[in-house]
Amino acid sequence: MSTTRDLAYSRLPLGERIKRTLLRWWPLYLMLIPGIVFFAVYKYAPMGGLVLAFKNFKIKKGIWGSPWVDPWYKYFQQFFKSPANRNIIANTISISLWKLFVGMFPSLIFALAVSECRKRGFARIVQTVSYLPHFLSWVVVYGVATAMLSVNRGVVNDVIKKLGGQAIPFLNSNEYFQGVIIGTDLWKGLGWGAITYLAAIMGIDTSLYEAATVDGCGRFRQIWHITLPGIRKIFVVLLILKVGTILDAGFNHVYVFLTDEVRSSGEIIDTWVYTQGIGKSNYSLATAVGLMKSVLSTTLVLATNALSRKWEASIW
Amino acid sequence: MVRSKNDRAFDALVYGILLFVLLITLIPVMFVVSMSFTPYEELIKRGGFVLIPTKVTMTAYKEMLSDGLLLGGLWITVQVTVIGTILNLIATTLTAYPLSRRQMPGSKLVTKLIIFTMLFSAGTIPTFLIVKATGVMNTIWAMILPSLITVYNLIVMKAFFEGLPEELFEAARIDGATEFGVLLRIVMPMSLPIMMTIGMYYAVTHWNAYMVAVLYITDAELRPMQVILRRMLKSANMDYNAEDVVPAETLRMAAVCFATAPIVIIYPFIQKYFVKGTLAGAVKG
Repeated sequence: MSTTRDLAYSRLPLGERIKRTLLRWWPLYLMLIPGIVFFAVYKYAPMGGLVLAFKNFKIKKGIWGSPWVDPWYKYFQQFFKSPANRNIIANTISISLWKLFVGMFPSLIFALAVSECRKRGFARIVQTVSYLPHFLSWVVVYGVATAMLSVNRGVVNDVIKKLGGQAIPFLNSNEYFQGVIIGTDLWKGLGWGAITYLAAIMGIDTSLYEAATVDGCGRFRQIWHITLPGIRKIFVVLLILKVGTILDAGFNHVYVFLTDEVRSSGEIIDTWVYTQGIGKSNYSLATAVGLMKSVLSTTLVLATNALSRKWEASIW
Repeated sequence: MVRSKNDRAFDALVYGILLFVLLITLIPVMFVVSMSFTPYEELIKRGGFVLIPTKVTMTAYKEMLSDGLLLGGLWITVQVTVIGTILNLIATTLTAYPLSRRQMPGSKLVTKLIIFTMLFSAGTIPTFLIVKATGVMNTIWAMILPSLITVYNLIVMKAFFEGLPEELFEAARIDGATEFGVLLRIVMPMSLPIMMTIGMYYAVTHWNAYMVAVLYITDAELRPMQVILRRMLKSANMDYNAEDVVPAETLRMAAVCFATAPIVIIYPFIQKYFVKGTLAGAVKG
């Protein structure tokens, strides 16, 4: 029935078709208005503001009135000229790569332990507790980190001092800053990161384990031969997808922990863009660097998405 | 069943890992909590850190609350969380519902345009300039409107609506219900669990919000709690000047506990919703 109706419908003139569509769907279109306005104003309009990257921004003249910059790549050139700025890119990639590799394996091991635990009640309690840090703000995690790591009152330094060592300025030295970021990221995300793996483990056919037990296969070997192959796919897909966000080292996280003393090891693209743009009002330069990051990120995400899809397909 | 040596070693390893995770999560939190309750004398006597204080004092909390700073921040945060979450939910539902009706012309296009914003973002500075241009800088709306709809939550909700049986809508329409009537009286009651989950996501985001305030709020009166807490934690010499009554570190830890308590208290009741939400996203997203 619907095909004949569609056919008759498509023969109608455009005006009539629009009228009928509106007549049928107007309440739903009405509902969409707030959402469309939101995305238009706060997501799409800023994309127009990206022309700033190619303009010499004068506040009085506004974005459109400001003159074009010559050559068009002036701000990009300016950014890369400074060796300190190359350091920022290195910091960003180093922090996110370490987060990626340090973060994934503990979550996986934790998920395996939870699924193998015979006392389900205990496993559930540990699971619930392990999710908690995920819900704490980075500011609160910073507070916890100062309680543990600060030079004067930090628990870790108290222990070091009691053992006769020198207090270590974990939070204020370039030597340790990235380690602290990676460690706190691990602390916050360890339990939460296990959820996806646990779901994948639950999805494995239990008859495989039964058969393996009958064949005299121990539990280590069951993990090795059944569980790990069963979740290999999701592991690789997650890994690939995370590589796509490599230019996001965690703006909020790093910004909360960052102090002037640790800028040389802790400044990342996002914090630099913030300080340059909003702190020093170098809007054009900051926009240019932000644009570069956005374009690279989008490319990376698309590429890694395609790769993960290919990988998924190749498994089947 | 006879349990082999290997099996027991395996169990020991499993319990070891779980216990380790439990301790590594809880011990830092416990230190923070007990630091905030430990009397100054005991802190000095026991040379720094105390996991379980022998005496409990509320001086730090009294001191912290007598200064209106953190309470003022709490009030801003509560307003943003309540108003923000309600608006988030209304806007997300109103957008997700029409988009879930795939027969509606244009729903695919709009969905694609929305997903694109997840893929490509204009970045901090252009967004900042637009927020400024819309006139919400230095109002609580700056912490609500620019993040009105999260694409991820929208997709999860849309996927949930798509899973509702089509006959339901047909039957309602035959009965003469309007689209708004269907949404209010049929879809909403069936979607309470997903509304809870997504509402909680939004609420926690508002409660923990820090960057939006750093970006869009310069007025000290409007600083939310997290910003005030961060300033307290970072200032080497606190403006409290109360070193002799309550040590700065104790005060800071009391403030950390104060900012976290609501989340920890409601957490056991809501965590199952969160886990469901994450899995829904993992499957559909």
